[in-house]
Amino acid sequence: MTISIRSVEKTFGRYPALNGVSLEIADGELLALLGPSGSGKTTLLRAIAGLEFPEKGQILFNDQDMTYASAAARQVGFVFQQYALFRHMTLAKNIAFGLDVRKGAAKPPKAEIDKRVDDLLNLVELPGLGKRYPAQLSGGQRQRVALARALAVSPSVLLLDEPFGALDATVRKSLRKELRRIHDATGVTTIFVTHDQEEALELADRVAILNHGVIEQVGTPQEVHDSPVGAFVAGFVGEANRLEGSVKAGHFQGGEIALPAQGAADGAAVAFVRPHDLIRAPAGEESFFITTDRINVQGPVARIEGKTPGGQRIEAAFERNSAEGLRRGDKLGLTAQKAYVFSA
Amino acid sequence: MTAKALTTAPAVPRRPFVRRRSAIPGFALSLGVTIALLSIIVLIPMLSVGLKATQQSFPDFLDAAFNARALAAYRLSFGAAFIAAVINGVFGLVTAWALVRYEFPGKGVINALIDLPFALPTAVAGIALAALYAENGWVGSLVAPLGWKIAFTPLGVVVALTFIGLPFVVRTVEPVMRDLSADVEEAAASLGANRLDTIIRVILPALAPAWLTGFALAFARGIGEYGSVIFIAGNMPYRSEIAPLLIIIELEQYDYAGAATIAVVMLAASFLMLFVINAMQAWARKRSA
Repeated sequence: MTISIRSVEKTFGRYPALNGVSLEIADGELLALLGPSGSGKTTLLRAIAGLEFPEKGQILFNDQDMTYASAAARQVGFVFQQYALFRHMTLAKNIAFGLDVRKGAAKPPKAEIDKRVDDLLNLVELPGLGKRYPAQLSGGQRQRVALARALAVSPSVLLLDEPFGALDATVRKSLRKELRRIHDATGVTTIFVTHDQEEALELADRVAILNHGVIEQVGTPQEVHDSPVGAFVAGFVGEANRLEGSVKAGHFQGGEIALPAQGAADGAAVAFVRPHDLIRAPAGEESFFITTDRINVQGPVARIEGKTPGGQRIEAAFERNSAEGLRRGDKLGLTAQKAYVFSA
Repeated sequence: MTAKALTTAPAVPRRPFVRRRSAIPGFALSLGVTIALLSIIVLIPMLSVGLKATQQSFPDFLDAAFNARALAAYRLSFGAAFIAAVINGVFGLVTAWALVRYEFPGKGVINALIDLPFALPTAVAGIALAALYAENGWVGSLVAPLGWKIAFTPLGVVVALTFIGLPFVVRTVEPVMRDLSADVEEAAASLGANRLDTIIRVILPALAPAWLTGFALAFARGIGEYGSVIFIAGNMPYRSEIAPLLIIIELEQYDYAGAATIAVVMLAASFLMLFVINAMQAWARKRSA
């Protein structure tokens, strides 16, 4: 199902949570809403679910206006950060809930519900645990049940609010893969909210980046990382050294660091240089020097931290080989292969 | 013989008193205090009541325990307490809901009013209720034309016990209701449940253990209540006389054994009921732990 969000606005008291958000979500897409806390990403997700109602704008499901339809009428599956399982029901009852509350002819026969519950328990890899209660499960298992419960009603769209936020790193990683697998198996349009960029970039087909109730950029993980459209996205997605300075005639100067800045307007500017885009310059070609104060080798990557003579902190990440022989306190000549410069 | 002696393991010095180590100290002290206090305040007085009741022949005991007047009194005490607890169970739940879910002017006043039955001398409550519900009182005069009498009938007993028991259900259910997360209701709604389904299938089952506790407390309080009831009940033998009053009457006639007998019967019945309610609670709690 396609979802169109058109100029949606929502305020909480005086505080604007969504400030004119428009977004098109394609059928079968897996989209991440990424942003810092307070950026409006959860509010947007809840507005799509029918748990919040915008003051202005429209939300369309397959061209049908659903802006003010009730949550029950929307046929969405919603997964909460804190699982929100029904504690007094067995897992089977939890998963069957959405089918059990249907009335009359819409309610499937019991045998069919039981079959569906078994299938879903298998899908989320908890076979045979239908008779357990939520209290008997670990956090990761509970979130699997919550996912199965949301999928039981065959939702036209699956919405997940920080689904892995309450889980530890290992469980989070494996559940991430699982969500991708389940998405590919069911083909259901899926939107999830996260503040964890690694999660968004790894899992999603496209990422929408929100800040202060506005969408800053929508694109594939590669697009938002490699071609940020503004200072916020450049600083928020991926790692970057942030430099303040000014642009004059296509050149950025920030302290002793000079960078090419084609197309940037003259005046105050901010530049972002990713650690991976800094390379160890051959003698004579250095664009600036740092004094290293920390060298940390993580697997194939050597991470170097240091300071320019002017006091600007710089982080660089080399291939391990090119950091060979480098000692703490050494003077290191660097040059930037790529920089993002935006008017401040 | 010697070989055997050699193979025996070296004797481990046995600790004279084996204690399990616990991270939370003070188990022995707190349990000791608990048992001592329970003994002095509850157990020994109850036991002496039982002993007193045995100071008569068995046929006398049976007669004192199960004569027609005593049976009528038990029926009224337990019956009225049960009805009052049911009424409080329903309206206490609604009151707690209103207090937890909504903001409205005067909420603080209502909150304080609910606790009033805890603090008010019960005799004051009884006199006030009797005056209100008598045939010439404000409320009594409204229902009198319909042929209803409230004060000085068993109905009056129910009114007094409802008043006394109201805070129990409200105060036990309220904190649990407050802890119910909005998530669960939103989850039910997004799964297609309507409001009624959500309340019946999701909210009420989650409140059941606390509600049962409140019900049991209100019920137990009603069984033992004396002060407020005697003013509004009319105290007619066989009709509107409660069991605690019967005990007082026996005492005034210096029939200590008779009084103790009724007390023993009430004690046994109350204990049995609370035991059953506790078991139900444990069952409900186990399912939602």
